[in-house]
Amino acid sequence: MLRFLVRRLLGVAAILLVVSLITFYLFFAASGEDSVVRLSCGKNCTPEMRETVRHNLGLTKPLLEQYWIFISGIFAGRNIGEKTCNFPCLGYSFANNQNVSHTVADRFPTTVSLAIGAVVLFMTLGIGLGILAAMRRGKKTDKVATGFALLSGSAPIYVLGPLFIYLFVQQLGWMDRPQYHQFTDDPFQWASGLLLPWICLMTIHMAMYVRLTRSTMVDVLSEDYVRTLKAKGLSGRSVYIKHAFRGALSPIVTVLGVDIGVLMSGTIITESTFSLHGIGMLAVTSVTDSDLPMMMGVVVIAASFTMLANLVVDLLYAVIDPRVRLS
Amino acid sequence: MAASTDTTADQPTGKAETAKKAGAPARSDGSDAFLSVRDLRVHFSTDDGVVKAVDGLSFDVEKGRTLGIVGESGSGKSVSSLTILGLHNREKTKIEGEIRFDGRELITMPERKLRDLRGRRISMIFQDPLTALSPFYTVGEQIAESYRRHLGANRSDAHARAIEMLDRVGIPNPKTRVNDYPHHFSGGMRQRAMIAMSLVCDPDLLIADEPTTALDVTVQAQILDLLRDLQDEFGTAILFITHDLGVIAQMAHDVLVMYAGRSVEKGTVREVLKNPRHPYTWGLLSSMPNLSGDVDVPLRPVRGTPPSLLAPPPGCPFHPRCDYADVVGGERCRTEPPLLALSEGRGTACHLSAEDKQRIFIDDVRPLLG
Ligand SMILES: Nc1ncnc2c1ncn2[C@@H]1O[C@H](COP(=O)(O)OP(=O)(O)OP(=O)(O)O)[C@@H](O)[C@H]1O
Ligand code: SF4
Ligand SMILES: [Mg+2]
Repeated sequence: MLRFLVRRLLGVAAILLVVSLITFYLFFAASGEDSVVRLSCGKNCTPEMRETVRHNLGLTKPLLEQYWIFISGIFAGRNIGEKTCNFPCLGYSFANNQNVSHTVADRFPTTVSLAIGAVVLFMTLGIGLGILAAMRRGKKTDKVATGFALLSGSAPIYVLGPLFIYLFVQQLGWMDRPQYHQFTDDPFQWASGLLLPWICLMTIHMAMYVRLTRSTMVDVLSEDYVRTLKAKGLSGRSVYIKHAFRGALSPIVTVLGVDIGVLMSGTIITESTFSLHGIGMLAVTSVTDSDLPMMMGVVVIAASFTMLANLVVDLLYAVIDPRVRLS
Repeated sequence: MAASTDTTADQPTGKAETAKKAGAPARSDGSDAFLSVRDLRVHFSTDDGVVKAVDGLSFDVEKGRTLGIVGESGSGKSVSSLTILGLHNREKTKIEGEIRFDGRELITMPERKLRDLRGRRISMIFQDPLTALSPFYTVGEQIAESYRRHLGANRSDAHARAIEMLDRVGIPNPKTRVNDYPHHFSGGMRQRAMIAMSLVCDPDLLIADEPTTALDVTVQAQILDLLRDLQDEFGTAILFITHDLGVIAQMAHDVLVMYAGRSVEKGTVREVLKNPRHPYTWGLLSSMPNLSGDVDVPLRPVRGTPPSLLAPPPGCPFHPRCDYADVVGGERCRTEPPLLALSEGRGTACHLSAEDKQRIFIDDVRPLLG
């Protein structure tokens, strides 16, 4: 178990290194020094600023050395020009005069909050409806649930979002306009400000879970051992929940891992639809603001979360299925 | 009618027929048996039509005895056993006839009540113990689950009971093995665990559907020994399904030979194996080289192929494959279904006269059996 974990963590680190190296190369070397400086300097760039940027980026050094400075900075901190950038230093945004790590840390709670609420909602509802559909397969409940899943899953967020805002905020006044408040300030405001995006994300994501839960459970129900369970006199509920759902967990966790990875690294469309300033929006503004260091930071963060989610899923496999050996 | 002189207590075909037409009174004549199945019919609605998987099956199982059911693949053995436990999809299955268990009718019993019987008074072990056990729970948890379900035991009592059962079925180190998952067990161990699970609530009837087919010969012999010992100890009635007559010879007291969802011959093991009276049984037996030997040779199929259950042949379902239909005068075999006496004991479903059966067996069949 421990060996597996260490090996996997090393694997994750290796992949992250490769990903960041490629990104680093594409951002800071592929397009030539002048364009890198231009793209890192922000929209309103004066010639002096340009010189500072050029100097601070250290673009004259060989690529690998630049990369090494970037990576070691993450772990040890570094100085960029006269600015100190402490651990974990993801670079400095000249366009906004901000430490990249600070900006990321600033935006991160928004993205995480968006993700947590949405995951909780679409997971419980999606899986719940899926179980219900499997239990009543072929019956009305099943048809309604799967039909609903088909419909809801096919609406894109940029259509659903404005529609929900129009309907629930402007017309019915049931919900607040999406807004991020800190959880620690006021949990209620936090939740009510994010309710609408949560419901939108739930509507879109739960379809997958309904279908997946239903179909894997139906598969499990045709396994031989389910017949044994019935022959033991177990009630329908234990057969479905304790056993069939248990057997359906692995594929659900797989998809969940992907979804959480995606949501944690910031969904650009969702955040811009609801004008929430999370990691996704940060990625957008760093592009429009000509802020390469910020982009680099966002990519590293997004890749890390995706990899981490993957690792957690792999560990969960072993918890869920005793036949999986971690080796 | 020639058949009426059958020396082996075969009821005359004619009489059996009237008895059957008379309905309920005749059907109830075997109901003092612990488990009595009468004229069972199980028909599945499928896209291709109605599959008549069981089509007129009758047998009895007595307390402390083992009834072996033998027949080719597809003859309806598993379907019959699952019907006893009411495990078919009720909407797609038409079930007729009578299944009386300890004086209670099972076919019409509501699902809730049946559930209380399953695993408690009637339990079942299956052919492949790997797929028949859940991979997600330990062997101990799966044994304890039955015990808790039916006897309301708490977690630790049930756990202790699981250890006790594992010990009783001969699993070494039961205290540690109880926490293992099925995939940690060998095939024979798994089947022992399955047996432990099925016996955890002291059932009165154990249905074993080919419990040793997936095991190698030595392990098979051990499992059969174990089942016999446990039967001696607990007096459990066993319904033992197999397509291996060698296993029947070792295991069963009584035998029922099934063909195309019907009973074609029944009797004690001695009677059926030493003095078989039905052409299909003859076919089964002559495909086995040596009955008394310990090596169980899997059944070689009888000439021809099993009949379609969607459109079974009219008359005797065995007639397209039977060498002796001409002796009867083929017409009768092709049109009139032979019936097996509903009463207990010995019987065959065949139009051949008792003399013909005797003669053919002695002249044609016996020389083939080692
Ligand atoms: N649910 C079902 N729907 C339709 N047909 C079925 C169903 N269950 C079984 N059958 C059919 O009924 C017939 C009898 O099947 P059964 O499993 O009882 O045979 P068996 O005697 O146990 O054979 P084997 O020795 O191979 O286990 C087969 O032809 C099978 O295809
Ligand atoms: S009834 Fe006729 S066809 Fe059927 S087994 Fe007897 S002799 Fe053969
Ligand atoms: Mg079978």
